[in-house]
Amino acid sequence: MSMLEDRVRASLLAARRWHGAEIAFWLLALAVFWLFPRNLLLLNEIAILALFALSLDLILGFAGIVSLGHAAFLGLGAYAAGLLAKHGIGDPLVGLAFAMVVSGLAGLLASPLIVKGNDLTRLMVTLGVALILHEIANSWGSLTGGADGLQGIAINPVLGLFSFDLFGKTAYLYSLSVLFVLFLVARRMMNSPFGLSLRAIRDNSLRAAASGVPPSQRLALIYTIAASYAGAAGALIAQTSQFVSLDVLDFHRSADVMLVLIIGGPGYLYGGMIGAIVFKFLQDTISAFTPQYWMFWIGLFLVLFVLRGRTLIHGGVKLIMFRLPARVRGKRS
Amino acid sequence: MLTILFDGIAYGMVLFVLACGLSVTMGLMNFVNLAHGAFAMLGGYITVILMQRLGVPFLLTLPLAFIGVALVGVVLERVLYRPMYGKNHLDQVMFTIGIVFMAVAGADYLMGSSQQIIKLPAWLQGRFNIGGVGIGKYRLFVLVICGILAFSLQWGFTKTRFGSRLRASVDDARVARGLGIPVNRLFALTFALGSGLAGLGGALGIELMGLDPSFPLKFMIYFLVVVTVGGTSTITGPFFAAMLLGVADVAGKYFVPEIGAFIIYVLMVILLIVRPDGLFARGRA
Repeated sequence: MSMLEDRVRASLLAARRWHGAEIAFWLLALAVFWLFPRNLLLLNEIAILALFALSLDLILGFAGIVSLGHAAFLGLGAYAAGLLAKHGIGDPLVGLAFAMVVSGLAGLLASPLIVKGNDLTRLMVTLGVALILHEIANSWGSLTGGADGLQGIAINPVLGLFSFDLFGKTAYLYSLSVLFVLFLVARRMMNSPFGLSLRAIRDNSLRAAASGVPPSQRLALIYTIAASYAGAAGALIAQTSQFVSLDVLDFHRSADVMLVLIIGGPGYLYGGMIGAIVFKFLQDTISAFTPQYWMFWIGLFLVLFVLRGRTLIHGGVKLIMFRLPARVRGKRS
Repeated sequence: MLTILFDGIAYGMVLFVLACGLSVTMGLMNFVNLAHGAFAMLGGYITVILMQRLGVPFLLTLPLAFIGVALVGVVLERVLYRPMYGKNHLDQVMFTIGIVFMAVAGADYLMGSSQQIIKLPAWLQGRFNIGGVGIGKYRLFVLVICGILAFSLQWGFTKTRFGSRLRASVDDARVARGLGIPVNRLFALTFALGSGLAGLGGALGIELMGLDPSFPLKFMIYFLVVVTVGGTSTITGPFFAAMLLGVADVAGKYFVPEIGAFIIYVLMVILLIVRPDGLFARGRA
């Protein structure tokens, strides 16, 4: 028994060690701040989308929960942070924490429905919850501003030092920092026994239950955590753009983030980030010449991607991220 | 009061015709097809185009909508859907969302984003008044057509050889295949029938539900509710689910318009808590 424990511990510790490629990735994310000073607003969007996709990765990639309505928590977080700032508490970090708590609570409330069902009921429940929230935000105009959006959000400087500017300098660094910190937490969590147990549930929930992992409890927990992550992404949207519209709860947000995660590949934490970069780049290029029919191209991309391209892209990414460094190390030793 | 009930039932009937194809294909191939609404929309647009551009009478457009969409369904099933059967639900969801997006943007491009309006023939307009209950003629027409369809589907499903093979394949595709039932061909046929019915439902529903490019997205949740609540192994399950949904939706929007849109979601959540396996779930090993 203790030998097994040692082996598990050793493998977890090994996974927790930082690869060279990972360090390079984060250094690069920081470096683009100076490399592309004109594109900071886009970079900020990428960072937020990456955080949102990371949140989906926690439930989809690690726990195998399919969701068609993850935008529910994004939107909830955005409105929570926006409303807090509108009513006088403009400190961004307080707003962030508040949004995470609100979305997390919503996730906790929704989790009994998620835990129970099969894929189909999960799809429906997540979709339904997102639709309900969208409808509430739409009809409760006195609170949310309805279809006009939530205006008059004033955000104080981050830590009282860095105020938000028009070019997105503060915004990008702020979003990137939040993304990085939450990523560290997620990374630690997924390389812990808790993360292992989630993967066990994903791969075979019956067997996981038989070996002493309580599936419903674990799924509820990760769903709550992922919801609060999505809430954080929503708060970043509200704070860096100082505006919240109904769009944050729209169905296409949920679909987009799924595409983002699938492009990058679920289940190794970096998928969301890589996907966010590819997605935003694609969106930027395509909508430059057909702004209205961007939806068509994204649809075509989805279809082709699922039919053919998936193995291609993932094979490439995994090769660069994992095999190559491993091979290099292997040769050295 | 009875008028609302009647309207709700007519609405539910259309929903049933729209969604029953989905429930069978979902049950048969365990395939999550979110693009079902796109077929319905196609049927609606076929009717609109035939009526507005070519002046075909309304009644004639209905079978044409059915046939047209069924043909498209067969082709798509062969070319696009078949490779997806073996994949996991996530891939299927992504794939069919992709199709929905393409359909939405394509319809927008070809037909414009406005609501489509058709002119019903004179004998379908207006309403009867029977004992103080107002009954829309068109709704009665829809009710009769869908009722006949539902009965013949139920009959076909339970009494014919095709139906029993289908039920066998839904219950256990592997064993059915082992017994020499051509499951794939059966499925292609069912898929065509299902999408054809969706097309017909879309055509019938223009007057009741409206038709614009966002149709597949707007009604996706309705179809899913019908299928999940009704279960996938019978015709009667989705039928009653659709009725329930139709009546609840119409009544909700009539009596409490402020929160009317929530009714079906709340209903769905309650149903899923009480009966997570569907309203009429049979025990399964």
